[in-house]
Parts: sequence; C-alpha cells; structure tokens
Amino acid sequence: MKEILRAVPQPHASVSVADLRVDLNGAGIPIVDEVSFELAAGEILGLVGESGSGKTTVGMALLGHSRSGLRITGGSVCIGDKDVLRLSERELRAVRGKSITYVPQDPGTALNPALRIGTQLRESLKGQPATEADVLQLLSDVKLPTVPAFLAAFPHQVSGGQQQRVAIAMAFASRPAAVVLDEPTTGLDVTTQSHVLDTIRRLCAKHGVAAVYVTHDLAVVATLANRVAVMYSGRIVEIGPTSVVLTEPTHPYTRALIRAVPDLDGPILLQGIPGQAPAPTSRPKGCAFLPRCPMSIPACMAAPPSLARVAPYHDVRCIRSDVRVQAAVTAGRESASVERIGPPLLEIKALRAFHGSAEILKGIDLALAHGCSMALVGESGSGKTTLARCISGLHKKIDGLMYYDGQILAAGSRNRAVESRRQIQYIFQNPYASLNPRRSIGEAIAAPLREFESVSNEELRRRVGEVLDQVALSRRAAQQYPHHLSGGQRQRAAIARALIVNPTLLVCDEVTSALDVSIQAVIVELLDRLQQERGISMLFVTHNLPLIRSVAQQVAVMQSGRIVELGAVKDVLSRPKAAETTRLIQDAPHFRQA
Amino acid sequence: MATTSFRKAKRLLSLGIGTVGLVLALGVILLAIVGPFVAPHSPLDFAGAPYQPAGDGLLLGADSLGRDVFSRLLAGGSGILALAAVATIMGVLAGAIMGVAAGYLKGAFDELVMRVLDVAMAFPQTILALLFVSIVGPAPWLIALMVGVIHAPQVARVARSASLKVADADFVLFAETTGASSWKIMTREILPNIFDPLLVELGLRFTYSIALIAGLSFLGFGQQPPTPDWGLMINENRIGMAQNPWAVLAPIALIAVLTIGMNLFTDAVSRLTRARSAELNEAEPQSQALDLSSAGSAR
Amino acid sequence: MDWYKDSVYARLVVRRAILGVLTLFLVSLVVFSATQLLPGDTARAVLGRSATPERLEALRAQLHLDDPAILQFARWAGGLLSGDPGISLVNGKPVAELIGPRISNSLVLLGLVGLFGIPPSILLGIYAALRRGRRSDSSVSVVALALAAAPEFVIAIGLILLFSTVVFQWLPPVSMIRPGMSILDRPDILVLPVLTLSLVCFPYIFRMMRASMIEVLESDYMEMAKLKGLSPARLVFLHGLPNAIAPTVQVIALTFAYLAGGVVVVEYVFAFPGIGQGLINAIATRDIPTIQCIVLALAGFYVAVNILADVIVVSVTPRLRARAWQKP
Repeated sequence: MKEILRAVPQPHASVSVADLRVDLNGAGIPIVDEVSFELAAGEILGLVGESGSGKTTVGMALLGHSRSGLRITGGSVCIGDKDVLRLSERELRAVRGKSITYVPQDPGTALNPALRIGTQLRESLKGQPATEADVLQLLSDVKLPTVPAFLAAFPHQVSGGQQQRVAIAMAFASRPAAVVLDEPTTGLDVTTQSHVLDTIRRLCAKHGVAAVYVTHDLAVVATLANRVAVMYSGRIVEIGPTSVVLTEPTHPYTRALIRAVPDLDGPILLQGIPGQAPAPTSRPKGCAFLPRCPMSIPACMAAPPSLARVAPYHDVRCIRSDVRVQAAVTAGRESASVERIGPPLLEIKALRAFHGSAEILKGIDLALAHGCSMALVGESGSGKTTLARCISGLHKKIDGLMYYDGQILAAGSRNRAVESRRQIQYIFQNPYASLNPRRSIGEAIAAPLREFESVSNEELRRRVGEVLDQVALSRRAAQQYPHHLSGGQRQRAAIARALIVNPTLLVCDEVTSALDVSIQAVIVELLDRLQQERGISMLFVTHNLPLIRSVAQQVAVMQSGRIVELGAVKDVLSRPKAAETTRLIQDAPHFRQA
Repeated sequence: MATTSFRKAKRLLSLGIGTVGLVLALGVILLAIVGPFVAPHSPLDFAGAPYQPAGDGLLLGADSLGRDVFSRLLAGGSGILALAAVATIMGVLAGAIMGVAAGYLKGAFDELVMRVLDVAMAFPQTILALLFVSIVGPAPWLIALMVGVIHAPQVARVARSASLKVADADFVLFAETTGASSWKIMTREILPNIFDPLLVELGLRFTYSIALIAGLSFLGFGQQPPTPDWGLMINENRIGMAQNPWAVLAPIALIAVLTIGMNLFTDAVSRLTRARSAELNEAEPQSQALDLSSAGSAR
Repeated sequence: MDWYKDSVYARLVVRRAILGVLTLFLVSLVVFSATQLLPGDTARAVLGRSATPERLEALRAQLHLDDPAILQFARWAGGLLSGDPGISLVNGKPVAELIGPRISNSLVLLGLVGLFGIPPSILLGIYAALRRGRRSDSSVSVVALALAAAPEFVIAIGLILLFSTVVFQWLPPVSMIRPGMSILDRPDILVLPVLTLSLVCFPYIFRMMRASMIEVLESDYMEMAKLKGLSPARLVFLHGLPNAIAPTVQVIALTFAYLAGGVVVVEYVFAFPGIGQGLINAIATRDIPTIQCIVLALAGFYVAVNILADVIVVSVTPRLRARAWQKP
C-alpha cells in the first residue's frame, strides 16, 4: 500500500504533460498522440514500450525536441510553471539542461569525443560558478574517481559504465526539476546495470528530481519506477503504480507483454504476441492493438478507445477493461532431463581460441547430446560467442579438439567436410545484417541448398516454400527483399535458411537480442517447436539468464574464457555452485517480485 | 510515410539538376560523334584570314591559321571522348578488381595492394602522366593507359572500403560457413552491394578522364597539329583571343559543359543510389531517413 | 600529464617519414627508369637527328650513358642527396640554380592559395551544412560540383577571358616578370593564378567540410549538446567543428598535394615563372636532369604535405592521441 501512496501525484506536479502529439513532418500523421501524465518531485515514471511505440519520441518531446522528420504539433509539457512547448528558442535553451535534463541511451556516442570530460561536466552547470572541488563533487555523486586527471580524460579513455555515469552526473549537475533517461543501461552488462540503476534511484531521491525512464525492459521498470506507463503504437495504453500494473495488468497488450518476458520466477513457457505493431501510417481505425488482441469484439473497430480509470491512479485504454481475465497460468513444462545414451553429437576437448595474441578461450571441455539444447550464458567478453563461432567454423585461430558425430571437426569451415558444414548451421544475432540486402529472401534461403545439393529449380522452389511454412512466413516472402520484412520476420527467414539443408545442430548466437520481447517469445516458441519436432540439437548463446529456462535443457556458464559451471538448467538455477552463476542470478532484474 | 514523399520530392529535385546535366553532356557527346560528318568545311582547310571574326560564312570565325573554327570544333571532340572512354573503362575495371579482392581476401594480398596504392597515390599523378607522355611521345594508347593507371588506385580505394563494409557482414560469414568459394562470395554477395558506388565512380572517372586528356592536349602532349582537338585548339588560338574569342571560347565552353554536365548527372545518380541503399539497409523498420548529403569525392 | 603526447607525435612523424623516404626512393626509381625508356639512343633523342657525332659523344659522357643503369642511378641519387641534382642539358647551368627561384615562386603561389582560398572554402562548407537542404546550400553545392568537374585550364582561361581580355581588362593575362625581378614586386600578376588555384581547391574542401559537418550535426553528441541548452555558437564551434575538421584537414592536404600537378597547368597558362612552367619547358627541351629534379621536388612536396596533414589530424583527434585513462 505504501508503494501506491508514494505513487500518488502531488498537488504541485514537477512535470505535467497534457495531450502531447508529435507528427511526421508535413503529413499530419501522429507518431505519438494523446499522451498525458503528471509527475511529482522525486517520482520515477517508467515509460515502457517496444520499438516504434513512440516512447523515445515522448522522452525527447519533454525537452521540447523532436528528431529530424518529426514535429511536436500539440499539447503541453509543463516543467514547474513553464510550458516547454511554448517557449522561444532562447527561453528553451535556458530551460534545457537547467530545469530538465537528458541522459542518452548510448553515452559512447552521446559524449563529445573531442572534448574532455571536465569541459562537458562544467558545461552542464549552466554557468553556475563552480570550483574544481564542486566539479569533483559531481563525480563523487555518481561514484566516479574524484581526481582531476579523470576530468582531463577524453570520453573514449574511460569504460562504458563510467561514460554512462558521466552522462548521469551531467544530467544531475544543474539540480534539475526533471530528468529524462533514455534507456541508459541498454549496452551495459547486468552488474553494471544494477549499479547504475542504484545511482539513478539514489540521486532522484536525494535531490527530489522527477524522472522519466524510457525503456523496453519491464524488469528494469520493476526495480526502479514508482509508476509505469505502457505505450503501444504512439499512445499510452495503461498507466498506474508499478506494483499494480505488473501484477494485475489490465490492458490486453500489457498482459501479453508480461507473458512474453522471461523471468527467473515466471513460467517457463513464453508466449509471444502474434503479428506486429502497425506502422503509424497504417493504424487500424479503431484500437491499434486490435489485430493482435485475443479479446477484441466488433466495438473495438469503431474508434480508438480513450484512457479510462479502472482503479485509483490506474488508467487503461481499452473498452473491455472491465472484463476480468484470470491470469493465464501456463503450467511450466518441466525440461526433459537429457540422459541419452550413446556418443555425444558434439564433443569439445581442451579448446583454446585466440584473437591475435590474446587468448579468448582458455580450455573448454563440452559435450552435447543428440537432440539436446544447451545454453551458453555469460557476460560480454566471457567468450560465449567465440565458442559458438569456433564450432561453426567462423573462428579459425584455435587449438584443441572438436568432434562432431565422432568425426574430427577442423578449424575453419572451408577445411571441413561438406557433410559437417551442412549439419552445423549458424544463426546470427542481428537479422538486419545476416541477410544480403540485395538478394530476395527466396534466393537467400536457396543459396545454402545450392552449395550442398544440385537440385532443379522446381525442387528448389518447393523446398523454399516448405521451410517458409515451417517458420510461419508467408510463401510470398520468397519474392521479397529483406527491407520489406520486420526484424522478427527477417530472423525467421534466417532460421529458414538454416533449416533448408536439414541440419542436426543449430548454433544460435543471441538470436533474439535484437528483437522486441513479444517477438523474442515468438522466435523462442519456434525454436522450441523445431527442437521437439525435428530433434535438432541446439547451442543457444545468450546473455539473458532468465531466457535459458525457455530454450535449453542444459546450460554452460562462461566467465573469461572458461566454463565455470555446467549442468541441467533447473539444477544450475536453483542450486548455483559457481560464484559467477550466483552473481548473474542476483543481478538479473526480477520483475515478479516487485 | 510523409518522410517518403518528402524524400521522393527531394530526390526528384536532385534528379532534375541531374537530368539537365545528362542532357547537356549527351548533347556535347552527340555533337562530337556526329560533328565530323556534318562539318561545313574540312577542319584542315583554310577558309578565311587568321583570326577572322565570326560572320561571313564562318559561324565562329577562323583560327590562327585561318581554318574554320566551327568545323574544327565539330571534328575535335571524338578523339578526346574515345580516349576518355577507354581510359575510364580500363581504370575502373582494374581498380574494382583490385579493390574487391583486397577488401574481401584481406591479409597479405590486401597489405600488398594497399602499399602499392599508397605509393601510387604518393605520386603526383598528372606529373607521372606528363613524364611518360613527354618521354615516349604522345601516342594515344599511352595516354589512355596513363589516365587509366591514374584512375585505378582511386577506384581501388573506393571499391576496397565499400567491400570492407560488407566483407564482415553476417550474410558473408554465413555464406562462408556453407563453404561457398571466394569467387562466389565476391561476385554474388559483395559485388551487388558495392555496385552503386562503382557506378558513381564510373561517372566521376569519365569526367576526370575528359579533363585530364583535354588538359594534356592543351599542354601539347595529346593530339598533334594539325589534328583538330578541343584542348589543342584552345592553346593554338590563345594569342588571338582578342580578335576572335570564339576560337578559344567555343572549345572551352564545350569541355566545360561536357564535364560539368557529367558531374551533375553523376552526383544525382550518387544521391539516388545512396537513398536507395539506405532504404535497403534500413537498420530498424521505423528508422528515419538519412540525409541525402552529396558525395564527397576527391580526384 | 601530456607526457604521452610527445611520444605519439614522435612515433607518428618517424613512421610517416620513413614511409615518405621509401616513397621518394620508389618515385626516384620510377623517374629514373622513365628516362631510360627514351626510344633508341638517349643522346640522339635529346639532341635530335641533326646532332654531330662529337656532340652525341660529349652528351653520353656527361650523362654517363655508357655505364650500367644501376651505376647511373646510384650516381644520380647520390648527387641528389648531396644537393647536386646535375647540370642542365640546355644551358649548362646547375639544375639547382635554375629551379631554386622557381620553387620559391611556386611556394609563394601555393602559400597565397592557402591563405586566401582555403578559409572561405571551410566557412562556406560549414554554412552550407547548417543550411542543408535549403536553396542557399544547393546553389553553392551545384557551383562546387561544376568547379570540381571543369579542368584547371578551363577555369584559368575562363578567368582570363573574363578579367583580362574580352569582358574586362583589369588584370594582366600573363604573369611574366623581367629577369631579376621578384614576383612580389608585381602583386597584380599573382591575382589570377591564385584565384584559379583557389577555385580548383574550393569544391573538394567545401564538399568535405559540408559532408563531415552534416555528419557531426546529426550525431548523438550534437543532439545531446542541444538538449543541454547550449548556445548555437558554442554548439557549432566548440562541439561540432573539432569533430568535423579532421577529415577536412586530410582533404586539404590531398588537394594541396594534387595542386602539385595542377600548378603545372596553371603556371603554363599564365606563364608564371614557377616550377610547373619549368617542368613544361624542360620537357619541351628534353632537359632530362631538370625534369628528374622537378618531378622529385614535386613528389617531395606531396609527401611533406601528407605528413603534415597526418600530424594535424592526430592533434585534432583526441581518440587517436590519448590512451585509455588509468587511475593514477
């Protein structure tokens, strides 16, 4: 109850947004529309949405800014008693960086590479007189080294976590009334993320700053925000106290989103949201979520619903919010214990890999049974991707032995037998880069088949059609080019390209990390089905610990080039033995406990 | 898709200037090709007094020796164009092959190509052409070869950096895991992705070839008198600029219109292909349009 | 705290200088072999068909044409290193004496281009970037495209037609001076050559400045700076320019190096007593030692400008200069 009370807007709101609308330049098509909320001093609002939902556009608009191609066309954004959207250029400059500040997504590109950190920090004081001690105090606020030499350093000389702390120090330097944080922990590993979140929480409380935290990550919101606003297709569809929205989600989209997020305490089976969010130009006449909504009724088609109060401080944009749905409890599928007899499909002995003279893998021993799926987890730099690349023959500087189906697996795919090249297929992290933009999807999928078999064009077409069916892509996609497809569709096409040659092992390198969670869950469902139906073995590389429960039976935890723990997923997660595993479990944000 | 229509409008505009350029350049090229057949006088015969001003049956007057400027103008472009075309094709072809191979194969081959290019580019190349042409003599094959040699390193640089951008792309790595041959990867995966910049290079190099070859003629190291040649005409008639400016102005104007027209057209093509490639390589479905800034290209 | 800077610069300069010396060596090899390519008997090619056997013999002796090529090269290169590039075949004077004044004249010309031609190009580039997409930007850009395409001699003669003969008669069409005079005594003869070369440089520098400034203006850190509420002047000149200038510096160097070639044509058009005109004269008279020396001098200028550009680029790009920060 205390949580809720704290979330109640104060009479004198620090930030008050009303009917904000941002249009595509010149076309009168809203990217963001009807966005309203209020924030009190010290309060943190989590602005959650998937890509294209308009969350960053809203964040930018709070500073009276819109990216090129967009224009703020309506509503008001009041910081204190000033409406940011009705200020002159000069007045706006005085407000920005003073009353309302901004923390960027990627400090690596948002800090000026040509200016020293000290210069950039001092600038953020907006002309307030400051001694060196004052500036050093800013560093100490965010737990950065308080030495003049740090101020003299250039951004590229410090680590990513430190860069983000510098950006946070800059945002809080002028003691603003409000700060907009745009996914500031996206590029950081879980431990650094959890420290940065602590810092943000502490500074907001200490200085009574109202914060808008823009993110796609529900778990981060759960640990940080007092209130959460969920955005879909340019509108807020649900807003309320974090604890309420996350435990009793009322909008069908929020409910579906929560079911799609992997969580260590949630169900094992993830449920994706079929379809994809409509582009701003092709929104349906009624509710924007209608095409993907399981609860839609004809009335949903009539007009976009408006935000309605369902409980104190809890508003939902759905005409069916009165329909109470029992939270679908999907029974967790117990991961099949894999105790198969016979020689393993893949066996690795004392594998070492090098990059230049640096040793990336320092002696890996691993065995993967037929039909089994194994997750490789670890932080960035732990060597998990290198290991996957060694297995698929992309990383050639190695030492040690790899066996596949009893045969020695050479380093480098070109040195391998045709058969092992066919059987091991690799799926890349970024579906935007793994398909040749100048080749049609059909050609791309057919290319590996042509490498391994000589098939007639007719046979080729038939088999391309078959795999497209298997990954649930329309057969029409064969004639399309990658830029016609969404990220999730591209990843399916990449999976189809691997499937067409009937592989026995799929090496999946962070295949869902470039995708939205609702799409991630769909891909995970697809991979799971393939493993069940076709008995394909899988190696699933990921940094997302909660996800492994949904994709693998076994897990290898990696740290600085070594496997520190190896075992069945449920054993490792419930009784971790290695310190690294414990740390990863602790630092992974859990949102169901909020 | 307001940005799309905005983009289209902008594209059309740049295409408009480009179309004007193309029409101008094609006009001059047509004139150079058809010209010799429709000239009113023989370009080598005397038709009037030296530097006779325009009029009196001579549309553009007479040159330093009293030959018809108009007829010499009509006859004096085909040589330059033919040489420029040959030189451009040689240079772009050689450069593209070196660049793609270096960008994809990397390693020792790349190192070798890059060092050779470094040295080639550390050399004032017009001087190189002058040096060889002055020593061996102004043979057409030598001029074409020298101009081609001047272009090759620049084209190779462009082709290499474009190839490098795609050489490590995941779709290339995937093709490698299936065991596709290097040749197949270079022609099927990489070439289609760098075709646009190569096309732009072709246009740029053709423009520069014309400029270089006309320049050599102007210096006296191209076609030799009494052959009609735009570059040579300018030099021959400079002294009489005050009496009959047309003898200098007309060839100057043709060279300028041709090169400038070609460049405007090439630039428009470059903008178009960049916009298209930005669309094809769109990182995210909803990302904003890239600015269609003009290509920054040095000779 | 700048202790590392010195070593970075020193290493850069040494590395580039070694590469430069290597380049010059290769260039001298090419130049030397090119002169070996002279068809038939070099002495006859130089002196022409009417030469008497005695003169041919004398020339062969002077050029050591009967020695093996390697020996000839070694002798020539050794002479260059000791500051003696040989004797002109045309008037028997030392080459160094002939081209010394020409080099300084050409340097004056290029210096003036750097002084008057480059700053406007940079400023226009910034201006066009700030007004990108508008009419003023596209008109300057089209002019730049046109200037980039037109050959130097077209620009030069266009300017002569405009300012010295047909339209106006304001400036001398040629830049000749009497022997013993300095070009600085006649500033008017410098105007058209400097203007021509500046117009030749302009498009490259302008376009690079514009393109890199646009890239910078669209960067995350410029958006960030804008969201900090900084003044437009601070935004452009403190946050933008330092990041945009490095590629432009490189292009300025390239352009200057390219001018080493352009200067030949322009000096020839204006009969400017510089090194480029000297080269054309030497080629016309087949004065081999002079040709070799001038080509090498131009190559040396080229190499030096490129080294200088690298040093400047490093000094304006912290990323290239400073190592990772470590807690002291």
